[in-house]
This record gives sequence, structure tokens and C-alpha cells, in this order.
Amino acid sequence: MNKLKSREELTALRDVCQKAFAAEKKKILVCGGTGCVAGGSLDIFARLKQLLEDKNIPVDVELADEPHGDAVGMKKSGCHGFCEMGPLVRIEPQGWLYTKVKLDDCEEIIEKTIVGGEMIERLVYKQNGEVFPKQDEIPFYKKQTRVVLESCGHINASSIREYIALGGYSALEKCLFDITSEDILNEVTKSNLRGRGGGGFAAGKKWASCAAQKETPKYVVCNGDEGDPGAFMDRSIMEGDPHRLLEGMMIAGIAVGSSEGYIYVRAEYPLAVERLRTAIAQAEELGILGDNILGTDKSFHIHINRGAGAFVCGEGSALTASIEGKRGMPRVKPPRTVEHGLFEKPTNLNNVETYANVPMIITKGADWFRGIGPENSPGTKAFALTGTIQNTGLIEVPMGTTLREVIFDIGGGMRGGTKFKAVQIGGPSGGCLTEKDLDVPLDFDSLKSVGAMIGSGGLVVMDDKTCMVEVARFFMNFTQNESCGKCVPCREGTKRMLEILERITAGKGEDGDIELLEELADTISNTALCGLGKTAASPVVSTIKNFRSEYEAHIYDKRCPAGACSKLKRFVIDPEKCKGCSKCARNCPVNAISGQVRSPFKIDQDKCIKCGACVSNCAFGAVSEEA
Amino acid sequence: MKKDFDFSVVDSILKKYPAKELSTITILQDIQEYYHYLPEEIFPYVAKAINVGEARLYGVATFYENFSLDPKGKYVIRCCDGTACHVRGSLPILNRLRETLGLSEKKKTTDDLLFTVETVSCLGACGLAPVLTVNGTVYPAMTPEKALELLDELKAKEASENEQA
Repeated sequence: MNKLKSREELTALRDVCQKAFAAEKKKILVCGGTGCVAGGSLDIFARLKQLLEDKNIPVDVELADEPHGDAVGMKKSGCHGFCEMGPLVRIEPQGWLYTKVKLDDCEEIIEKTIVGGEMIERLVYKQNGEVFPKQDEIPFYKKQTRVVLESCGHINASSIREYIALGGYSALEKCLFDITSEDILNEVTKSNLRGRGGGGFAAGKKWASCAAQKETPKYVVCNGDEGDPGAFMDRSIMEGDPHRLLEGMMIAGIAVGSSEGYIYVRAEYPLAVERLRTAIAQAEELGILGDNILGTDKSFHIHINRGAGAFVCGEGSALTASIEGKRGMPRVKPPRTVEHGLFEKPTNLNNVETYANVPMIITKGADWFRGIGPENSPGTKAFALTGTIQNTGLIEVPMGTTLREVIFDIGGGMRGGTKFKAVQIGGPSGGCLTEKDLDVPLDFDSLKSVGAMIGSGGLVVMDDKTCMVEVARFFMNFTQNESCGKCVPCREGTKRMLEILERITAGKGEDGDIELLEELADTISNTALCGLGKTAASPVVSTIKNFRSEYEAHIYDKRCPAGACSKLKRFVIDPEKCKGCSKCARNCPVNAISGQVRSPFKIDQDKCIKCGACVSNCAFGAVSEEA
Repeated sequence: MKKDFDFSVVDSILKKYPAKELSTITILQDIQEYYHYLPEEIFPYVAKAINVGEARLYGVATFYENFSLDPKGKYVIRCCDGTACHVRGSLPILNRLRETLGLSEKKKTTDDLLFTVETVSCLGACGLAPVLTVNGTVYPAMTPEKALELLDELKAKEASENEQA
């Protein structure tokens, strides 16, 4: 394909793409996100395509130059978000969503739905006996506002032509030809877009301060090192709508005066890397990315760096060090990244979702953006909803939506009818919120006031079978592993905290442990070098605050109220049920069970290692865990 | 260290990137992709080629979780222990796999170099928790039983491959 050399040529291409897009009346969108791919969606895509071809029905994978009205569009889309129900297949123009599709369903989908125009009831979503054929009507989607994820699941994720057909790169066009970089900065500042990566720093302020730096060259860096366990919003954007991210970065480049961009992607996201590489190649081929964009004097190049598995690289200065080929260790700030970032040069660093918001702000205006969500945290936020909840998946809601709406309306409540206990928000840097916090609006400032943070947006819901001390231990174990070792408070402090938590969950907690944890937490958060260390103790602090009695039960009663800590389990033999067969005693690896044959046996709790061998070996169900 | 180590693969990787420090991680990633680990022979060689200290290169290789200085098994099983997988019961799966293969937190690879069992903090497939991957392919909604079935499948596959060979 020829490079586009002017605005007019882009407009002409958009025209062609739009016509072709509109001509594709019937469309099958198979989810190609990591989740559905794991469920076999690629095989489903291949089978559906094959079946169409066998029937001599023309198939369009890419938008054609010359639309032919009767072709069926077959698209591998980005993540639809409803990962729990995957693999997902969306049917257009009806807007039906088929869930949990299997290879065996393909024939029926082509026969009945594509040829016959009939809905297959077996495959559509049902909740409480009600049938929801249309995607938009499913409660999970109905309450969402999809802005950043607007096209995720609705377009072919590897097609620049579809992105252009839906108005893609028109924001870039506006920035190149209609407005100045000053205007861009003003618009982003006015929109009050706050960084989606965690801290919520105003993007406009950061951009302006990078633009004001005299030193050159400058760099635009995108943080796609989404390391928080339980978060996958950025992955879904990179996989499902990669051009939106590229466009956002290019606009940032024009605004701050940079022509080099770097995207740092987690090593665990191979599909995201692949889709980004394809997107970059496509944009370069069209002359939208590279030297002399659309015939102007502006240039922009984007490089991809794959992470190598270090959580701390999500921190700005560690991330830039990692791109430079060094160990990813944070450094003392100031100077800040905007002054001394990548290669010691001024650098604008934002995360994926932040950049992905930019094109819409430019095309629709700051006022439109401010119309969504509360005054001080406008816009929407994508969350990864996971844990022991009915509907796991990727969601996007206006900032200020309450946790209750997210968990019970969108998430469909608890899985298997268990009781809601807590929700962990903000990953290892965030905190646990409980029943009483359910009506707290999800925005930067409200969450801070209750001791949590939005973080990158992972929401892990936990039920009453989850032990909060164990959760605190889990996060501390994570942070301890990921501590880079540069500063003492984080390196040594997290280790000591982990040791204490391990002791408590093993039933060896002592009086004073809670106070010691609190003291360590206070010291670490006040003295650690970077954000990872400063927030390392947050999960411990917030679980102590909300679940102190659980800590006390572990320490003083040697009991785990949730029954989750295996070392605190007590196995007992019911003398009524025990037939005295001695099988449990023979299978006990530590000879903790004794007794006379044909009379009830007993377990010596001091010797027992809680392996559970007796439970699985008893033919009479006489051995059980003490409640 | 082997004296007669064949550097042709390393050479072809080095050729692809600028001979500068900033290529360090990319080069190590490519080398590891080929060998499944970083052979010790490559350190002085790569360090010289991109003009960084050997210690510095070693520092990078040991800093990042993904690099391994020990040979890995043919099948690398990575158990996700992210928050979502953790609360949906990923530990019993990991423990069962380790138990069955005679591995532990310290000993990650079986002696026959067939299996490596590691944990990973999050694969971002939280909607399908708990998950594990075998050489990058994601297996969703696992249980200890399903994990063992998978292990049997891999062993059977290996046995039939050996027969054919």
C-alpha cells in the first residue's frame, strides 16, 4: 500500500473504509483476547470461516477496497470483557452475543444464525431464568459506559482500516493540521484527565511540564508493565484496540515536542506485543507513523520493549532504566522523570489507559470528557473484576460508580451464593474494603480517604472463605519477592513483616505481633525509596484496620475463622462414626493417630501435620476438619 | 564452561540489534528463547560484543525473574499465583504438581529435564482463574485433578514421540 502523503489522502482512505465497513451487514466477531484464546476461540474462528467458505459464502476478514454487499465479515476482535462466559462470539447486525461457544456449535451458528437469521437460544446468556440475546441488554454490559473500550470486541483488532473507518486517527489529523501543540496541552489540562496507572496525577500538568523542558531530544514512554496481580485492563486495550494507544502517544509526542516513543510491555503479554507490532507496522506502511507523517514535517517512531519479569519496573525510573538495558531499580527523585527520564532526557511517561483516553478528548472535547464522572476525577475507568464473583471480566464504568453497583449489578454478586467479605482494590499497593465501604464512589480522592487507592484498577472480590491474614501474607510475599533490594526499609522491612505474617498464619503468632506489624508498616512507608516500598504495607494496614479480630483469633486462639489457613486446621475423629478399622492410623505419615482396633481412634494434635491423609482414607466419613 | 561452545546462534542474535547497552535485555531474551536458559558461556561473549562489564550483564540476568541460568525442562509449566487465581485456589494445584513430580520451591526442574514447574505472579487471564500455562499455552479453570490429567497427557505425548524416534 502507498504511503498517505496528505490529509486529503487519509480522508479518502477513511471514506473507502467506512463504505466497506457499512457494507458488511452480517458479521461474526470472535473474541481474540487472551482469555477466549485460552478457551479455544482461534479454532472456532477457523472453523466458522471454513464452514462459510464451504458454502461458497464470501468472507471478509479485512475491509475490502471494493465492497461487495453479500460478504460476511469474519473478525478476530479484542477482548469483549465477559471473560467468564468465553469463548464469546458476537453476531451483527443483531448484536447477539453467543457465550461458551464450542467447536461443535459452529455448524449450527452458520446454518441457523448466519444463513437463517435465527437466534440460538442455547448459546445466549441467561440470568435468573431470563434470556438476554443482545449483548447490550445483558446486565453485565448494561450498566457500563464504554469509552476507552468502545471498540474492543467490536472491530478486528489487527486492522488499521477498521480503526480508521470508525474515526480512528482523526484526532491525530486534527492535531497535525488544525490545532497547535499549545491547544493540545490546554485541552488535555482542561479535561482534567488523571493518570490511570495508580497515583492519579493530572496528565495535562505532566505534559505541560515536559513540553516546557528545554533539553532535547524528548521521549514519550508508555507504561504497559501492568504488574498488579489481578489486573488486565491495559492488556485488553493493547490487544483489542492497539491503534488507539498509538494515536494517544503520537498526540502526546506532538504536544511535548518528541518524535520517539517507547512502549514497555510485560513479558507475560505475548499477544499484546504481537498486536502492537502489527499495528505499528500497519501505521508505518500508511505513513501515519514514521517520518513526515501525512506529508507534514512531524515525525514519530514507536519502539516496543518487552519486560523481563520485574514488578518494580512499573515504577517510572525503574522502567526507564530497564529500557536502557539496566537493572530495573528506582532512583531517588527529584529530578522527576519529566526532567531526567529515559536516557537522562525529558520524558513523558503515562500508562496505556491514560494515552488511550486522549484521542477521544481531542475529537469530542474536554467538556464532553468532564461530563462523565465527578468533577475532580472525570472520565471512565476500566476495572478488572475478578475473584469469587459471578461475572468476572473487564468492565468500564464512569468514575464515581459505587462498589456496590460494580460488584452486585455488573458482577452479578457472589459466586455460588457465598457471602461478600471484602474487595481488594489497587493490587499490592492498595487496600481491602468491606461491606461498610460498598457505597464509596470509585474515584481517586474518595478511595484515598478510606485508605485504598484505584491503582491500575484490579478489583479482587473475596468471600467469607477467604482468610484476610492469609491475603495480607500473600501480598507481602509478593512485594517481598519483587522488592528490588536497593533500599533497606523495603528490602529488610518487608522480609520481617512477611516472617511475622507467616508465623501468625502458622499458629505461632505472639502477643505484640499486631503492634509490631503496624510499627514496621509505618517505618517502611515513611522511609522507602519508591512507590513499591512506600505502599508495600498497605494491604497489611488495611486488613488490620478492618479485620483486627481475625488477626487476634489467629494469634490468641490459634484459630482461622475462615478455615483457610491449613496449618491451623484441626482434624478430629467422630467417635460415633469411627468403626476402629485403623486405616487412618496406618496411613498417617507421622503416626499421630492411635487407638484399639474396633474402638474409636484419636488424633494427637501435637503430632498432626494437617496433611488430610486420614480424611481421604476414611471409608466411613468419620474424620473431618473441626469447624 | 565448555571450551567449544558454538556461538553461531548468539552471533546471529547480536547482529540484529545495535551493539549497545540498551540492547542488553532484548539480546538476553532472544538467547533464552533459543536455549530456554542463559548458558554461562555467553556472558563474556555478549558483554564484550555490546561493551558492558560482565558483572553488569550478570546483574541484569539475575535481576529479572524471567531469566534463568539453569537449564529448564522441555515443558515449562507456570502456575499463576496472582490474586485472582490465589483466591480461587491455585496453591493446591501447584502443590499437587510439585508433589507428583518430586519438585519443590528450590528444585524447579525434574532430573530428566522434562518438566519445570514455576509460579508466575499474574498472567492477566484472571477471568479464567485459576490458570496455568505449558510453554505459553494457557489452560483455564484448573483443578489439582485436571492438572494431573494434563501432566499424564504430556507424559504420554513424550512417550509416543520417543517411540517414533
